Amino acid sequence: MVESAAIAVTPEERISVASNWRLVWWRFRRHRLAVVSALILLVLYAIVLFPDFVSTQDPEATDARLAFIPVQRLHLLDGWRLSPWVPSVTGKRNPTTLRMEWRIDESRKIPLGIFVAGHPYRLLGIVPARVHLLGAAAAGDRERVHVLGTDRLGRDQWSRLVYGTRTSMTIGLTAVTFSVILGVVLGGISGYVGGLADVVIQRLIELLQSLPTIPVWLALTAALPRDWSPQQVFLAITVILSLVGWTTLGREVRGRFLALREEDFVLAAELAGASRRRIIVRHMVPTFLSHIIATSTLAIPAMIISETSLSFLGLGIRPPAISWGVLLQEAQNIQTVALAPWLLIPGLVVILSVLAFNLVGDGLRDAADPYSQ
Amino acid sequence: MTRFVLKRLLLLPVLLFLFSVAVFAIVQAPPGDFLTTYVATLASSGSSISAEQIQALRQEYGLDRPVWVQYLKWMQNLLSGNLGLSLEYQRPNAELIGERLVLTVVLALFAFVITWIVAIPAGIYSAMHPRSVFDYVLTVLNYVGVATPNFMLALVLMWVAFAHFGLSVTGLFSPDFVGAPWSTARVVDLLKHVWLPAVVLGVAGTARLTRVMRANLLDELNKPYVTTARAKGLAEWRLVLRYPARLALNPLVSTVGWYLPLLFSGSLIVATVMNLPNIGPLLLRALINQDMYLAGSILLIYCFLTIVGTLISDILLAWLDPRIRIEEEG
Repeated sequence: MVESAAIAVTPEERISVASNWRLVWWRFRRHRLAVVSALILLVLYAIVLFPDFVSTQDPEATDARLAFIPVQRLHLLDGWRLSPWVPSVTGKRNPTTLRMEWRIDESRKIPLGIFVAGHPYRLLGIVPARVHLLGAAAAGDRERVHVLGTDRLGRDQWSRLVYGTRTSMTIGLTAVTFSVILGVVLGGISGYVGGLADVVIQRLIELLQSLPTIPVWLALTAALPRDWSPQQVFLAITVILSLVGWTTLGREVRGRFLALREEDFVLAAELAGASRRRIIVRHMVPTFLSHIIATSTLAIPAMIISETSLSFLGLGIRPPAISWGVLLQEAQNIQTVALAPWLLIPGLVVILSVLAFNLVGDGLRDAADPYSQ
Repeated sequence: MTRFVLKRLLLLPVLLFLFSVAVFAIVQAPPGDFLTTYVATLASSGSSISAEQIQALRQEYGLDRPVWVQYLKWMQNLLSGNLGLSLEYQRPNAELIGERLVLTVVLALFAFVITWIVAIPAGIYSAMHPRSVFDYVLTVLNYVGVATPNFMLALVLMWVAFAHFGLSVTGLFSPDFVGAPWSTARVVDLLKHVWLPAVVLGVAGTARLTRVMRANLLDELNKPYVTTARAKGLAEWRLVLRYPARLALNPLVSTVGWYLPLLFSGSLIVATVMNLPNIGPLLLRALINQDMYLAGSILLIYCFLTIVGTLISDILLAWLDPRIRIEEEG
């Protein structure tokens, strides 16, 4: 710590003068799994920002001759030297089934380069660029690299997964943001104003919570016009997901407001002549803000799983847009999965991200609780 | 107690009415009525329908009348047990839904029972031996269980069974029993098949329940009355099961209210992946084909199941916990 070098401060003094956020951070840091998970989420969101840079190929580029190429495992070390490579694949058409059969040839290495030129794109949608994180070192069409294999249309799964990550992770975040806004506003009104508003909002929450979520979501997404653009569908789905999602948070915020309204410090602020708005924003909200953040972190994975399931059933994000659920649609047929098990890899990424969100959420919740040890 | 149950039962029609309006609004939302879709589908498949037939259908469903008349017609049909004619299957909807509804309930109940049978003992053991190897293994399994979408689990199981054992684990019946009338042999066959989808459906719930049970019991175990009982020389397992475990169970009962409905709606996904003959895949197909009256009826059935699930848990809770009873009656 920098400040402890300047003046000799005992640990107890440091704790007694630290701000609430600092205390939360100190407690969170002790939760090692949560910190690791937070790093994983950071990496995933970095991918969300720069999917084109991380991808190795155009995710839409199809080539039927390159269908179902197996995973070319990425090796980082060549002998003892740090130089990434993948084994090459050779394909031969089976004369009886007429299917391409791919063989991994470990002896022939395709060297990979970092920051190589590839298909053109616009960085953050603005800056034109060609640089990619990874790619075949020797430029040439013959040596194609598929670190996660290809699907039935010969599209590169790694690149598609990267773009799918962008959609799915963003949906989780936006849907939860909508839920938080709805939940805090409506829950706040319900708890602080009370009276008729409280009764109406509480009944509404009860009504929404007794809806069978998945069937209703399906019906709502099925009702979206077929000719909507992927952006419109994306937005509509986040709204549909948060329509039910806000209720839990709304209840919690209401409970907090009800409890806090009776607290002495709120009475003190009232007597000191603070406006209603100032009391809410300045005195009440900060006391449960950390709690809201923890709860919303725990709500994101549920949104991700819902989106993935809806898209998997064909009623969420629709191709050509790519999401984890859309990718997993390719694995719907068991015969296909038996032929190309790597099509299940996007599912592993779903599990990983949901796990990470849950662990971070748990860590935050424990850290935000001032009475925890 | 009776008053409490009565009050809840009286609320049921009100809720159902509200939901039926919402459901009708949702299925009405797509542009064009379903007859246009129907005629287009028929035309694309080569067959045709006469103008008189269209007119007759239009009148039966009141499509030429205002929306609220259409709603009333639908409700009238629904209440008299006439769920309409499925446009795709050309069979009465009631016939299509009947058996599938039973199977939906059976599957959810099985998943529910499996969840409790596994989660409660696991949670108790975990809490009695915190930080043991078993506890850690269980914690890891719980986190993974909660994080795995159940269609993913179904896919992996089906893939493993297919690739390594050459088995197909889809459906709820062996081929011989698929269309057979109900008999003891068919029930036995159902029991042989239902457990795997039930496990898949129940995994996330089991994981969550185990965690809650463990946490609740750990809280109870730290209380002075447990120390007293221990000091008096009560055997450990007997002590735990007799007092704290029962107290720890109480908050769990309140979760039945949202868990059972969750199983009903979650079974939709598992059923679609594993090709189970319940109402889930039927709804999905009806939605995709815009067979609106069928979709609406199934949605309303899901709503009904959800409300009944909540009702059961409310009654259970009131029965177990006198505080709620008194509060509601007072």
